[in-house]
Amino acid sequence: MGILIKKGAEASIYMEEWCGRKVIFKRRYPKKYRIPELDKILQIRRTKHEPQMIHKAKEAGVPTPIIFLVDLEEATIVMEFVEGVRIKEILNEISSEERVKICREIGKLVGKLHKNGIIHGDLTTSNMILTPHGSIVLIDFGLSEQSFEVEARGVDLHLMRRALASTHYKYVNECFNAVIEGYREIMGDDATMEVLDKIREIERRGRYVARR
Amino acid sequence: MRDEEGYCLGIESTADDFGVGIATFDGKIIANVNDVYIPEKGGIHPREASRHHAAVAGRVIAEALRRAGIKPKEISIIAFSQGPGLGPCLRVGATAARALAAYLGRPLVGVNHCIAHIEIGKMVSGARDPVTLYVSGGNTIVAAFEAGKYRVFGETLDIAVGNCLDVFAREAGLKPRVDKPLGAVVEELASRGKSFIPLPYTVKGMDLSFSGLLTAAISLLHEGRHPLEDICFSFQEIAFSMLTEVTERALAHTEKHEVLLTGGVAANKRLQSMLKVMCEEHGARFCVVPKEYATDNGAMIAWTGVLCYKHGITIPIERSYVKLKWRLDEVEVPWVEQSTI
Repeated sequence: MGILIKKGAEASIYMEEWCGRKVIFKRRYPKKYRIPELDKILQIRRTKHEPQMIHKAKEAGVPTPIIFLVDLEEATIVMEFVEGVRIKEILNEISSEERVKICREIGKLVGKLHKNGIIHGDLTTSNMILTPHGSIVLIDFGLSEQSFEVEARGVDLHLMRRALASTHYKYVNECFNAVIEGYREIMGDDATMEVLDKIREIERRGRYVARR
Repeated sequence: MRDEEGYCLGIESTADDFGVGIATFDGKIIANVNDVYIPEKGGIHPREASRHHAAVAGRVIAEALRRAGIKPKEISIIAFSQGPGLGPCLRVGATAARALAAYLGRPLVGVNHCIAHIEIGKMVSGARDPVTLYVSGGNTIVAAFEAGKYRVFGETLDIAVGNCLDVFAREAGLKPRVDKPLGAVVEELASRGKSFIPLPYTVKGMDLSFSGLLTAAISLLHEGRHPLEDICFSFQEIAFSMLTEVTERALAHTEKHEVLLTGGVAANKRLQSMLKVMCEEHGARFCVVPKEYATDNGAMIAWTGVLCYKHGITIPIERSYVKLKWRLDEVEVPWVEQSTI
């Protein structure tokens, strides 16, 4: 199976040629501690869930990979290999002006997700790809869930800030402020204030403390 | 840090157990006496439990001193479980502790119950920097040390797993026995279960929810189409797989090398075996706290009292009110050092 590009706790990601296209195979592992009957149910549920959420994101106007095939037997999703660079790799290298522009765009995408009840669950800059056409594609909806609750939105954005603080620590405030500006354009002032208050509360709980 | 010798007497009374333990300052448990309140029917009634505690307190304290072979005036500090827990129950332990501290003229230490579970677990198992899964009738928490505090990486969003098991078992008409709590009765039935019946499996990120599982399992009971053994089996498989999954995520996230299982539900062999398999896959060491120190007990309060006292943490009697919802991630734990591995 193709070239292994990522090995996570739940699944492996392979890149390969498939029907003349460059694609991604995302395959979930069975867990030995669970009985096979239960493991199978969970694998199928999660293999279905991710493409469904990716589809919902598209409906919300957020660019996501094209899904080519969902193989429930093999717990595998075949999807478009998105050409471009991960935001993680360029964010520290570009000018301040470009950085703010990109982060504002990211904030708009997150706003569109949240407005439509989609919580991404893993908003790191490795899960955002800047295409050669200049648009940003969000990937990896493996931890996503549906929710309109402020708590879920707050955790989503808080985890994003934490990710920014670890990979782009020099620009974390500049970036996060720009994200919130974009978010505000979509969500409006009230919902944005509400989520910012929630983020402060989550921080006080000290649960998602940054690792240094 | 204070460096001296002495004894700490610890009182535990957060729920249905009234326990008194005595620990030496160098970490030996020399007494651990417990008296449990067993309701005639239903779950724990806080008022009835507190009456039980008040009735047995004097006897349990005296018995602990007798087993330790020390006199009251030899005790250097008094520790008590200050929360989280049931208000009326906590107040009995707190009152006894204040009385002893005032009468003997000794410092008082208020201990967080959840932290005490982790500390005694580390002491008896030799774990140094574990991801702890603490599962009992009142708590379901995945915690690990990070930057000065134990952080909660996952927890239940509604009821505790032990509570879920107990309510289910009572609904099924099962009765606890002296040597066999309800969870153990369910475990025994589950071991004879053969076919798996799907029930709600709810993991959200690293958090868990058990209320849907409970409701669905109770409906199955009332339908009467499946043998009780199969329902118990399915119920356990679902609940424990959920716990193992969040523990695995916390282990992967924190990159630690040990898992510590504690709390009343830790005695369950099926839960132990799942966590063991998961730990083997990650090359992590798996430690189970022995039952005496995994269920609520006074020794854990005494030992954590020693750790607090050595780092100058005591509480004046007039400010020693109980904290019913005291989260473990609010507490500074200066005695724990960041692992350098």
